[in-house]
Amino acid sequence: MKRYLYYPGCSLRGTGKAYEESLLAVFKALDIELEELEDWNCCGATAYMSIDEVNAFALAGRNLALAEKKKLDLMAPCSACYLVLNKAQHYIKEYPKVAQTLEHGFKAAGLTYTGAVKVRHPLDILINDIGIEQIKARIKKPLAGLKVAPYYGCQIVRPYATFDQMYYPVSMDKLLRAVGAEVVDYPLKTRCCGGSQKGTLPEVGLSLIHILLKEAGRRNAQVVATICPLCQFNLDAFQEEAGKKYGEVSMPVVYFTQLLGLAFGFSAKELGLERNIVPAKRVLAKFEPAVA
Amino acid sequence: MDARNGDVRIGVFVCDCGSNIAATVDVKAVAEYAAALPGVVVSREYKYMCSDPGQELIRQDIVEHKLNRVVVASCSPLLHEETFRGAVAKGGLNPFCFQMVNIREHDSWVHTDRARATEKAIALLRAAIGRVAFHKPLERKRVPIHPDVLIVGGGIAGIHAALTLANAGKHVYLVEREPTIGGHMAKFDKTFPTLDCAACILTPKMTAVKKHPNITLWTLADVTGVEGYVGNFQVTVTRRPRYIIEDLCVGCLECIEACVYKQAKVPDEFNLGLGKRKPIYISFPQAVPQIPVIDPETCIDFKSGRCKKTCIEACADRHAIDLKQQPQVETVPVGAIILATGYQPFDARKVPNYGYGVYPNVYTSMEVERLINASGPTGGEVVLRDGRKPESIGIIHCVGSRDEKTNKWCSRVCCMYSLKLAHLLKEHTGAEIHNFYIDMRTPGKGYEEFYNKLLEEGVHMIRGRVAEVTDWATTPEEEGKLVMCAEDTLISFVRRVPVDMVVLSVGLVPQDDAQDVRRLFNISCSSEGWFLERHPKLAPVNTFTDGIFIAGACQAPKDIPDAVAQAGAAAAEAMVLIDKGYVEMEPNTAYILEEECSGCKTCITLCPYSAISFLSDKKVAQINEVLCKGCGTCVAACPSGSIMQNLFEDEEIFKEIEGVLVNV
Amino acid sequence: MSEEKPKSPQAGPNGFEPKIVAFFCNWCTYLAADLAGTSRVKYAPNIRVIRTMCSGRVDPQFVLDAFARGADGVLIGGCHPGDCHYQEGNYKTLRRVKMLRRVLREMGIEEDRFRLEWISASEAERLKVVVNDMVEKVRALGPLQGDGTRDSGLGIRGEG
Repeated sequence: MKRYLYYPGCSLRGTGKAYEESLLAVFKALDIELEELEDWNCCGATAYMSIDEVNAFALAGRNLALAEKKKLDLMAPCSACYLVLNKAQHYIKEYPKVAQTLEHGFKAAGLTYTGAVKVRHPLDILINDIGIEQIKARIKKPLAGLKVAPYYGCQIVRPYATFDQMYYPVSMDKLLRAVGAEVVDYPLKTRCCGGSQKGTLPEVGLSLIHILLKEAGRRNAQVVATICPLCQFNLDAFQEEAGKKYGEVSMPVVYFTQLLGLAFGFSAKELGLERNIVPAKRVLAKFEPAVA
Repeated sequence: MDARNGDVRIGVFVCDCGSNIAATVDVKAVAEYAAALPGVVVSREYKYMCSDPGQELIRQDIVEHKLNRVVVASCSPLLHEETFRGAVAKGGLNPFCFQMVNIREHDSWVHTDRARATEKAIALLRAAIGRVAFHKPLERKRVPIHPDVLIVGGGIAGIHAALTLANAGKHVYLVEREPTIGGHMAKFDKTFPTLDCAACILTPKMTAVKKHPNITLWTLADVTGVEGYVGNFQVTVTRRPRYIIEDLCVGCLECIEACVYKQAKVPDEFNLGLGKRKPIYISFPQAVPQIPVIDPETCIDFKSGRCKKTCIEACADRHAIDLKQQPQVETVPVGAIILATGYQPFDARKVPNYGYGVYPNVYTSMEVERLINASGPTGGEVVLRDGRKPESIGIIHCVGSRDEKTNKWCSRVCCMYSLKLAHLLKEHTGAEIHNFYIDMRTPGKGYEEFYNKLLEEGVHMIRGRVAEVTDWATTPEEEGKLVMCAEDTLISFVRRVPVDMVVLSVGLVPQDDAQDVRRLFNISCSSEGWFLERHPKLAPVNTFTDGIFIAGACQAPKDIPDAVAQAGAAAAEAMVLIDKGYVEMEPNTAYILEEECSGCKTCITLCPYSAISFLSDKKVAQINEVLCKGCGTCVAACPSGSIMQNLFEDEEIFKEIEGVLVNV
Repeated sequence: MSEEKPKSPQAGPNGFEPKIVAFFCNWCTYLAADLAGTSRVKYAPNIRVIRTMCSGRVDPQFVLDAFARGADGVLIGGCHPGDCHYQEGNYKTLRRVKMLRRVLREMGIEEDRFRLEWISASEAERLKVVVNDMVEKVRALGPLQGDGTRDSGLGIRGEG
């Protein structure tokens, strides 16, 4: 029985609720025990890092120090959380000044930090710890004939590509193929979705969103699978606006865990598929379990 | 003359080396300090000790002041120890009654504080003066040099070195691991800047090698053992079986024609997988030796034991095919070795954003050479993998060179060959050609002129490092093409250039087995992995191991003219050894004081050269002077202190320790 | 940052500058030092180099003698394992050093005062880093009290 500390981060409790719902369902089906990190705080994501680096590391570092108390790996499904936690670990190790400053903070909070915690991503855990065979064993309804464009976004491959290749990651591809889906060749799989630029520089943000959706369509994908709450939000919530401005696109954008969950036999509601703004029903309905 | 009990007359010479030493070390003060030490008869400062007048000074002072020891404080002994030993000898004194102090490389060049650099120089000099008192006269032993030479690697450098030596009357073993000599040059179509056909200039040299009575050519062979030392190497070469008896084969190639495989099916290594060959094959039409090879991995008879063996039938009157042929191991004595093992092209898969191995129409430069070559897999037609002719081609410079992520060095030849390929591709296809470069490096003779000529041919030059090659199209023009994205830095604009074909100008990297090879021959590699030369400027073909030389790209990336020049240089160095006929061994061998040896045998197993033997009658150990290489390990290990080392006696080193720790 | 005197956070008392005796093997470390010279790489002037053909020549007695005569630190430089010009000399050095360390510890000589480093002929930068690091560490430890004469035997005073 595998056990991990679970760090949801703010997104998975907010706009990324569907990610949490589907992730928990899939992990439960695989008999993986998740223990939520007690008293976790916001990781600061990319925003804080740009404003006050050292404090941002403190914010992230607190979570790492809390996690150290248990002797378990820490899973952070949100790409931004994953990157920030890793980055904090790196910087504390590489730069004595950062480590020195944070020492005071840790001491004041009554925490010890040795950098021992391993920060893991669900893709990494599924491929390397659980293994494709275990995943295949849980399939109730293979996603036969479903063409998926795997979209990784940037933060789990840049600047650190820890468990997958930097330019052409394949872990999500492997998982989706394992549950029977057809993964299309998608060269933009690590291209930027614009991040928060839809808010700050809308003409840039919207255009990047459109590029990703359009190419997925041109590659004959029926659905885009993603791993990052912000990517999912961008591609889903602003699809209509992007279509109006740059040309119509119609593509449901789901979390990879939602697709895995469907293959494992969970219902659309259990997987948070009803939260999607661009309806996924049209494409995914045939994989839903028959209503009793 | 044992001067240990007084009567030492030491001459000290401290060198300014122009300003190299004098600017940082107070040479005058150092000389003055030395003058006051017991035993020092004369202490001088001079501008350039290694110059003729400098050396003359030593000679003169020895005679005038009846010196019996000399110390020179100047540069590294690795540079001028021989020079000064020579000067000492000219003065009538044994050259080993001399000690050199390094106050340049180890002092003036690496420190900035004048006071402390001077203090250090004084301490080092003090050590040497203390030490030299214990030096005793020694004689160099002469060891004869075997006149044969081994050359490893049959590319252009190895071939040229072999011919040079053979023409000088020396016997050469040329060992090449491929079935044919010719190296990478045999794969090229034309060479820059003259656009000479590579095969046309190479093959005459290859046939000359084959015909030369002084060259023993072993192909499909590897060096598997090297023993000995300069002048006296024992080299073991394993000749892998080609399953054809070389002496009986006349090169008619009927066996290939007759092979049960009517069509060639096996990916062809020489054509980098772009073409096919049969299990019995010859690498290319002008291969030397002109003898086929049978590949046991793909030959039906080897795999299943059941084949009509039509090849043997075709060779019925000569019986040259022997499917039972075994590897042959040869052990030969040689006096000098030249390593000319070359380079390998950078693996373009290590730069994934260029799409090599992902997009079928991304090629490496070497693959394009084979496409362009008339004897290549497409007969000289430049066609894409789907058969289309490209109408637009992009060439990316510096793939795997000048790159923090892969290799930091510049591979020196890629700009020139990229321009060459641009020219040839334009000639063959009429396509629009775009060269994406960082800097245009064309330093050789006629190279800049070649570049200028190319500019007039209408090739588009874009100064910018390509970020990625993608098949993602954003406009109708980009549909179905490979798009090259780069910032054109001369106009500060990010460009997307759609092309049919991408050519990656891959850099040169050391061979995969370079580390194994250099360990076999006991030489060093630089941190990048190229074989290490003795001095980058003044001794580019010597290594730190006497008797072993390097030539060509195995030392560093270079073009053909430079490889040939180095090959000639290496051949000359080898000839120096052979023609002299002997080499003088440094007399730093160890010796045992029989009366003090307790017969514990600790030393016997320590010697890597098996130079120590046990005399069972006297129950003491004995060192063979000829085999001893002078490492001193046994000296340090001997529990009874009965092993001494010439030039590195315990007393001498203790004196050095005392000297360097002096409080100045 | 290219000075030869590393900025130590705690300079020794009375501006103490350690004396370090270095035994460098002819084929690797001595060459690396030469390369540092030709490349004008700057490092601390506290080391004094004694050349041997191989690090295997370094007798433990040399190390002890150096400490007895007033060296504050001793550094041995040899080829990387597998690269010894004489095949295995450096392995023997390694063995000897391991045992010598025990003796030095018994005598109260701090570990940082005695180092064995593998530095190849092309590693001038590494040499600089090693030397500067060692000088800084030994400077922080302070002087080793040897009375400077050989006849005092191994009378090293100083607590570990």
